[in-house]
Amino acid sequence: MSVLVGNDTRLIVQGFTGSEGTFHAGQMIEYGTNVVGGVTPGKGGTTHLERPVFNTVADAVEQEGANTSVIFVPPPFAGDAITEAAFAGIEVIICITEGIPVRDMIVAKQIVDNHNAKLIGPNCPGVITPGEAKVGIMPGMIFTPGNVGLISRSGTLTYEAVDQLTKAGLGQSTAIGIGGDPVIGTTHTDAVKLFNDDPDTEAIVLIGEIGGTAEEEAAAWIQENVEKPVVAFIAGSTAPPGRRMGHAGAIISGGQGTAQNKKEALKSAGVTVAESPAEIGTTLKEIL
Amino acid sequence: MKIHEYQAKEILKEYEVAVPEGVAVNSVEDAVNTAEQFYNDGTRLFVVKAQIHAGGRGKGRTKKNNAKGVILCKSVDEVKEAAESLLGDTLVTIQTGEEGQEVKTIYITDGVDIKQEFYLGILLDRAKNRNVIMVSSEGGVEIEKVAEETPEKIIKEWVEPGMSLQPNQARRLAFSLGFEGDAFKKAVRFIHALYRCYEETDANLVEINPLVLTEDNDVMALDAKFTFDDNAMFRQKKYAGLRDLAEEDPTEVEASKYDLNYIKLDGNVGCMVNGAGLAMATMDIIKLSGGEPANFLDVGGGANVETVKNGFRIILEDENVKAILINIFGGIVRCDRVANGVIEAIKDPEIAEKVENVPIIVRLQGTNAEEAKVIIDNSDLNVISAVLLKEAAEEVSKVIAA
Repeated sequence: MSVLVGNDTRLIVQGFTGSEGTFHAGQMIEYGTNVVGGVTPGKGGTTHLERPVFNTVADAVEQEGANTSVIFVPPPFAGDAITEAAFAGIEVIICITEGIPVRDMIVAKQIVDNHNAKLIGPNCPGVITPGEAKVGIMPGMIFTPGNVGLISRSGTLTYEAVDQLTKAGLGQSTAIGIGGDPVIGTTHTDAVKLFNDDPDTEAIVLIGEIGGTAEEEAAAWIQENVEKPVVAFIAGSTAPPGRRMGHAGAIISGGQGTAQNKKEALKSAGVTVAESPAEIGTTLKEIL
Repeated sequence: MKIHEYQAKEILKEYEVAVPEGVAVNSVEDAVNTAEQFYNDGTRLFVVKAQIHAGGRGKGRTKKNNAKGVILCKSVDEVKEAAESLLGDTLVTIQTGEEGQEVKTIYITDGVDIKQEFYLGILLDRAKNRNVIMVSSEGGVEIEKVAEETPEKIIKEWVEPGMSLQPNQARRLAFSLGFEGDAFKKAVRFIHALYRCYEETDANLVEINPLVLTEDNDVMALDAKFTFDDNAMFRQKKYAGLRDLAEEDPTEVEASKYDLNYIKLDGNVGCMVNGAGLAMATMDIIKLSGGEPANFLDVGGGANVETVKNGFRIILEDENVKAILINIFGGIVRCDRVANGVIEAIKDPEIAEKVENVPIIVRLQGTNAEEAKVIIDNSDLNVISAVLLKEAAEEVSKVIAA
């Protein structure tokens, strides 16, 4: 068992024949992910990486039984790509693209919700269930199968945390990169719920950063519902207010979204907060 | 992307949002000509407003002339004096920091007779994933202060995704501010026009503070704060030219030319990192190690020789930098290749000269991290290597203590 992606994943790649799509589709296939094809409008009927290319997501669903999609479409078209996947009945939509306008994401998220699909991202490294399926751009070799569920708004910080977990002998059930944008599909709270219900996840690592109040909301839910041990790290304690720290969503505005506030909320919910990003793995090891 | 008040008001006018008449000028001469024109059209009260991006202008003062950032004038001569005292001087407000911001442009507007002041703001409500319109009867006051002290005075309406603002929502907002009769109709029209402007221009914040009801029963935006969603500029090209580079940190502007995401801070330890989250975490660990981060710098996924060289150039422009921590998590990009790139960058004569007295800690983790460490250690450069983040932190502490 795992969450979102695994042995049952039948993946299509939207933006399959572009350079990013081609490279990462190759990496995913090499990892063992069941990539059943891809979508590039206008290239339907051809073959790429020994897999069929479709004009539409609907064709890929109909002909290959695709249930999951990963999106490498450029920002101006990515919101549309998300809604296309939702309309076609894809269950799990993972959007890697960074730089999608907020206006497009507000609409895309609503459509995804209307069609009961799950959206991960955008602006995220993807989702991986080690040993089963890698859907995204993360380096597969640093992950190990195990029982820690990991949730993070960032890419390389996720790798850092995973590396520490693996070195501490703690494998991962699934790692979810939820993305660094202000409007994202799956939030910290949604991801915590998935791991809380997953029998193979025994502990949760939650990595947050400045901006918004998603970590505070997750803290409130954890306090009421989660018995599994949770360790958190919040990046950006030293970030100045009013500045966007790389990620579109990483900004302290109007006094909201500070690392301090998030840490306090998590601590009072019973979460163990690692003060240093170098101690995420060891902190979890200690409390298990 | 932030823009100036006068630019924001030009956009508002395009959307038929009512604003007082105004003209932006860059010289005293133009200020006088404008004021004379206004006078001939019947204006007897003028407002001269310094155009800088930072807020708090009304309470700010200029360094040389001790002039206020917003000056009320009753004659053309007073406009002239105001222009002389502001143009070329440096305005310090609560948001600029001590260094202040040079006033290059002033905005001369018709001073309206105010009956009542309100607040109106539109932005994304991240918790609800939709835009929110907020109004308050507390005009001219910072909304954060109102939210903290009298939250019941803020009325909100959320716009359904993919839909326009509904008439009942605009009515509720206008009623909640106490508008009546003709002014009520004008307020409803104002709110509709402003939301359409926000939506169609891909703004991510439009704040009208104050929104005023004039003695003539007009509803107008007396001030306007406006920022665009940077991710949408590809389809808002007509507004791209409104960016004012003089308002931004010059090093940050230079970094953006190299596609580097750099933010200058006040500390003594520079850092260069791949990925925004890890970059923030690296700043945090510098602080935990006893230093203060001198910057945020995300060099992106690649971290090749050119990006590392440019990163060094940018970081080293800051004279406060006493040490540099490079923190790269090599996933798909192998660490040994990054290590060679870092060494090549440091050997570049221009950079080598500058880093002579600046210790560099290179922490490479991920694929081939051990090989990368060997490459760094055998380089005969004055570079300290680390593999674990914890080790890098310890090295930072040592360098600061030395």
